[in-house]
Amino acid sequence: MSASGVMSSQQPQETFVLNVGPQHPATHGVLRLKMTMDGEYVTRAEPVCGYIHRMHEKMGENRTWAQFLPNTGRIDYLAAMAYNHAYVAAVERAAKIAVPPRAEYIRVITTELNRISSHLVWFGAFLLDLGGFTPLLYAFDDREKILDMLEAVTGSRLTYCYYRFGGVYNDIDDVFIQRARAFVADMRPRLKMYKTLVTDNFILRKRLIGIGHINEEMCRKYGATGPVIRGAGVAYDVRKIEPYSVYREFDFDIPTFPEGDCMARYLVRMEEMEQSLRIVEQALGKLPDGPVQSSGVPRVLRPPAGDYCFAVEAARGRLLVRIVSDNKEIPYRVRLRTPCFANLSLFEEASAGMMLPDALAVLGSLDLVIPDIDR
Amino acid sequence: MSLFELLRMLVYVVGVMAFVGLNAAYLVWAERKAAGRFQRRPGPTEVGYAGLLQPIADGIKLLSKQLIVPDGADAMLFRAAPLLVMMPAMMCLAVVPFSETLVGRNINVGLVFVFAFGTINVMAVMLSGWASRNKYAIISAARIVSQDVAYEIPMLLVVITLLMVTGTMNLHDIVEQQAGWFWHWNLFRLDVNPLMPVTFIIYFICMLAETNRAPFDMAEAESELVAGAFTEYAGMGFGVFFMAEYANVVVGCSMATVLFLGGWQSPFGVWPGVVWFLLKMYALVFTVIWVRWTFPRTQFYRLLNLSWKFLIPVSLFVLILTAAMMKVLRA
Amino acid sequence: MRKFLKEMGGGFYSLVLGMRITLEQFFKPTVTVHYPHESLKMAPRFRGHIELVRDPKTGKAICFACKVCEKACPSDCILVEGAKKEGEKRKSVTEFKLDFTKCSLCGSCVEACKSNALQFSREYNLASTRKEDFIMDLFKRLEAERVAAEPQPAASTPAEQPKPKPEPAAAQPKTEAP
Repeated sequence: MSASGVMSSQQPQETFVLNVGPQHPATHGVLRLKMTMDGEYVTRAEPVCGYIHRMHEKMGENRTWAQFLPNTGRIDYLAAMAYNHAYVAAVERAAKIAVPPRAEYIRVITTELNRISSHLVWFGAFLLDLGGFTPLLYAFDDREKILDMLEAVTGSRLTYCYYRFGGVYNDIDDVFIQRARAFVADMRPRLKMYKTLVTDNFILRKRLIGIGHINEEMCRKYGATGPVIRGAGVAYDVRKIEPYSVYREFDFDIPTFPEGDCMARYLVRMEEMEQSLRIVEQALGKLPDGPVQSSGVPRVLRPPAGDYCFAVEAARGRLLVRIVSDNKEIPYRVRLRTPCFANLSLFEEASAGMMLPDALAVLGSLDLVIPDIDR
Repeated sequence: MSLFELLRMLVYVVGVMAFVGLNAAYLVWAERKAAGRFQRRPGPTEVGYAGLLQPIADGIKLLSKQLIVPDGADAMLFRAAPLLVMMPAMMCLAVVPFSETLVGRNINVGLVFVFAFGTINVMAVMLSGWASRNKYAIISAARIVSQDVAYEIPMLLVVITLLMVTGTMNLHDIVEQQAGWFWHWNLFRLDVNPLMPVTFIIYFICMLAETNRAPFDMAEAESELVAGAFTEYAGMGFGVFFMAEYANVVVGCSMATVLFLGGWQSPFGVWPGVVWFLLKMYALVFTVIWVRWTFPRTQFYRLLNLSWKFLIPVSLFVLILTAAMMKVLRA
Repeated sequence: MRKFLKEMGGGFYSLVLGMRITLEQFFKPTVTVHYPHESLKMAPRFRGHIELVRDPKTGKAICFACKVCEKACPSDCILVEGAKKEGEKRKSVTEFKLDFTKCSLCGSCVEACKSNALQFSREYNLASTRKEDFIMDLFKRLEAERVAAEPQPAASTPAEQPKPKPEPAAAQPKTEAP
């Protein structure tokens, strides 16, 4: 805009600040975007977060290792299993607790099912932002099946507190395995239906293709991970780059699309649902027998002093949990590197110069859960 | 004028207003039920049997709210705008033939009458945005106006095409010409216009855009983020705008029925009547609702691009094609 | 030019396919449960608020107020008091206050209890307009259930019969803030 001095002196830019306020009609959460607008175009979109800062990391310094576990499920409530997993595995790494193989397989199955349910919520909410109201309810119908399955095993529908140090809390039974297999069989035609109804839809394609370019360089600058960077052409997935748990045993792909626009990120998540179904199928087939909790885990855990961390691939990107222990029953420090914070920070650069509906489409395609940003 | 004429006019006036009012109220119910069914849920069921009293409950709620006129707003225009939006819908329905005998006033230029009064709607929305004295309302109203103007043109080009085919502007005669089995309907008159189904679809899309429905409700849905054109209206003022939207949908679908689908003619050539008219009209209204709940919204510039860069050239092409075909047929 | 028309035509066709899918869904039955006319049965492991478990042999609560659950709770919402009755070896619980407004249903208390004296209930219909209804005294509830389940004496006036399940508001005396 300041390229030619003549133009800027003749036409002073009148910008106004539009507050896309903490209360959103869409389901992103409490995020405030101070958008400086020049008519239709967004010149600067400044995110203001902190409206749901609940001090989880501080609570980590005041609760015992086991008492912190419910907190992890509440950080990103849509994909809580991965957060449970990261914390529990970090403590297991610190205290050198071995996990029985059956528990590892159950962890993978439940995490992947949770990933599918999180992507279904994203799918519905994203389309709601764009004005299509119906696919939200179809997605929630599928999600109910997952939630019912996981409720029968863990007791909760959303904020799971299922993993324990050295395994999982309850064993799964044949009913669960049967339901999971039936779900995998039902979900594949539903994914095809979503493709016909939504992905191939002319209006949606015009809305998403070519909008919101985020290239690899921008992702690296801000540390964005997850579908954001996979939609920019980089095949970075913690499950393949730094394999943990039993992911080495499964045969699955990392969907990557090079375009870097909203459509690429959309397609990455739709494909990821299919890949998660593959993992669940393979895991159900290979499930070993045995205990689900390792014996000999002390009641009051005192991991040796030191600095430990563990990274997992949450639904929204790379989650790193770092714990600092000083051999007491209460952690010295729990640090959560959550994916959405990094993903949000590139929004300001990515949305400059766009029109407002396009900027909101980009925000939806980043798949943010605000409690994840604020913790 | 005899007493009979006077009574007849009175009955028709009350009838048309009742029809518009009932439609506006119960189309809300139908939309919510249909939306529910598309989404595999029941829709309103609590108020009355199957939720049939829901519009009444909503109406009572809207009526009980205080009508606020914002400070500094142009009070007369502000209050007049909802009335101006509702009025064209009722007036247009006065000339639409519901059956051979059921027509308010069968004037010779019925076609022009309907589209002329349909345009008042656009002005009324602009008035509502302007009189609100709210920055966002003005922007939104300006958008609605530019959208409506852009989609008037292909709609009128399509109507001109039909005018060439029918040769008359009298709506009653247009329907009379479509007597017989369903292939006599204007939609299937491929002999004079091989692209007649395309013409119908263009008309349908223009009708959706004129009434700010379905994938073209940018200006209303923008109210998720910025206020829409009707933001300053409280209670029944807003309710009237809502009702007017449905009334306009009814008018648009009635015109589509009359022009393309044979009005009150039955598809089997026998027993024509008002039932067929209503069936066809409500089938089109169902399609309007169906389209709304299936697709996401377009962006605003794409909406305008669609009209100026696609619909107008295509409708011009159809017009020229029809003219050529008719010349060939006559010769 | 031809590409443009083909794109428009293909686009239109995709819209028609989408409409067909929605129409198919229109004719399928609804998937919702018409609450409150119908309600769902919860899974056995569903986490409602905790409740005390009764010992089938004695009919009394298993809990003997060792306070392990109170220490294990991350949210400090349990308060247990016990007293040793005459002629008994262990304490028995006299008061078990659960502040359900703070409980996060994590299950630490259920897990920590070595004698399996706590279990999850399956209550989810817990709406109320008063905060006091959620400061539950689980011991009193257990006792009220026990009294209600006892066989009634043969000739008893209606006034003597205990109420089957007392309202939470009526059962608890006014409690101080926990």
